[in-house]
Amino acid sequence: MTTQREITAEMGAARGAYEKRLADGGGVEHHPSRAYAPYRSSVLRHPHRPLVAVEGDPEAVELSGPVFGATDVTALDCDLTRQHTGEPLGERITVSGRLLDGRGRPVRRQLIEVWQANASGRYAHQRDDHPAPLDPNFTGVGRVLTGDDGGYAFTTVKPGAYPWRNHDNAWRPAHIHFSVFGEAFTQRLVTQMYFPGDPLFPYDPILQSVTDERARQRLVAVYDHELSAPEFSLGYRWDIVLDGPSATWIEEGR
Amino acid sequence: MPDTPAFPPTPSQTVGPFYGYALPFPGGGDVAPAGHPDAITVHGVVHDGAGAPVPDALLEFWQGGPGTGLPGSMRRSPVNGGFLGRNGVDFTGFGRVATDADGHYALRTLPPRTPAPLPYLSVCVFARGLMHHLYTRVYLADGEDALLGSLEPARRATLVAAPEENPARHRAYRFDIRLQGEGETVFLEFH
Repeated sequence: MTTQREITAEMGAARGAYEKRLADGGGVEHHPSRAYAPYRSSVLRHPHRPLVAVEGDPEAVELSGPVFGATDVTALDCDLTRQHTGEPLGERITVSGRLLDGRGRPVRRQLIEVWQANASGRYAHQRDDHPAPLDPNFTGVGRVLTGDDGGYAFTTVKPGAYPWRNHDNAWRPAHIHFSVFGEAFTQRLVTQMYFPGDPLFPYDPILQSVTDERARQRLVAVYDHELSAPEFSLGYRWDIVLDGPSATWIEEGR
Repeated sequence: MPDTPAFPPTPSQTVGPFYGYALPFPGGGDVAPAGHPDAITVHGVVHDGAGAPVPDALLEFWQGGPGTGLPGSMRRSPVNGGFLGRNGVDFTGFGRVATDADGHYALRTLPPRTPAPLPYLSVCVFARGLMHHLYTRVYLADGEDALLGSLEPARRATLVAAPEENPARHRAYRFDIRLQGEGETVFLEFH
């Protein structure tokens, strides 16, 4: 099995290659490359051919997107600690922030879905056979509609780190998965939010697939003491910015 | 995109292997209103670069146009927090289907009506191992279209669903997705 040392060397080489592209005048790469071999599952699952650009077509169906409303969420969906009869184990936290477009405008009334492992690092999923305990009081799924200021908030417990089989002694840093809709299908985003100061960051090929340092930092939430509730929960803040054109952008000539 | 937009985007990360208890929802592939006589089925298999089926891909479908864009794709029960299913009347235009153990998916929807003259379904592909989702389109027939017209014939064919000849399958179209290699599906980016 591949060792962490080998994966770390591959990740370093990918960062070095990116820095050379930047030095040669290449653009900032905000998203991970789909061809990122240190994450072994990507090898057979990315296209070899370049993407075909669809530019400035005001008729493109992708410039609009699905609509969600009050019927698609319940009041408890944003509180992952109240979905069972008892309290889940772990460190109770809130994660809140704003959903914005590339111009900094709030993205209103759109759906954010989250899922995560429990405090022990175990998912409520049959294929997760990590020998850590399941928590009968925690499923780890939530959803919320953003408010008129683009704001969202979840109450949950801090997920644990967990092992995986990408390479020998591979561990994922604690993270929460986010699925986000914008105004247009082109703005769709699925990503992962991490917690500040996690010592596993340099070892994880999924986080490190974002080779740009500043872009990578944007995946890490900020601890905000103002958001902590006395004798109840610790507060993390994480803003999400969508890219991709929308009908509004095209109408405004961008 | 400019290199340093005022608000640089949040990077994408893979959907991973464990979204199955979070994102798929009952009736996610049943977009057509219940019993609608015009309903069609679009189905196929997602393949990886070795030709193997991908059992942990998640496909989302969107079709715009008049009468679409209503909420209620994943109605929730305020009683027990479970899913209620669609209301059977409204057409939301949004579908979400996970592939099964054979890499197969099926979507039951209405024929897309926009844009003229050659409508299509928009598809967004997520999978374990895929760092950043991929967009493609399902055209139900070949014809006059700016995107199709820009592609060489073999690549163009990857975007056109094939009507099923099996008479047991009512108004069904076959649309396979190949993530890599021979017959690789055309994937799109939007600017």
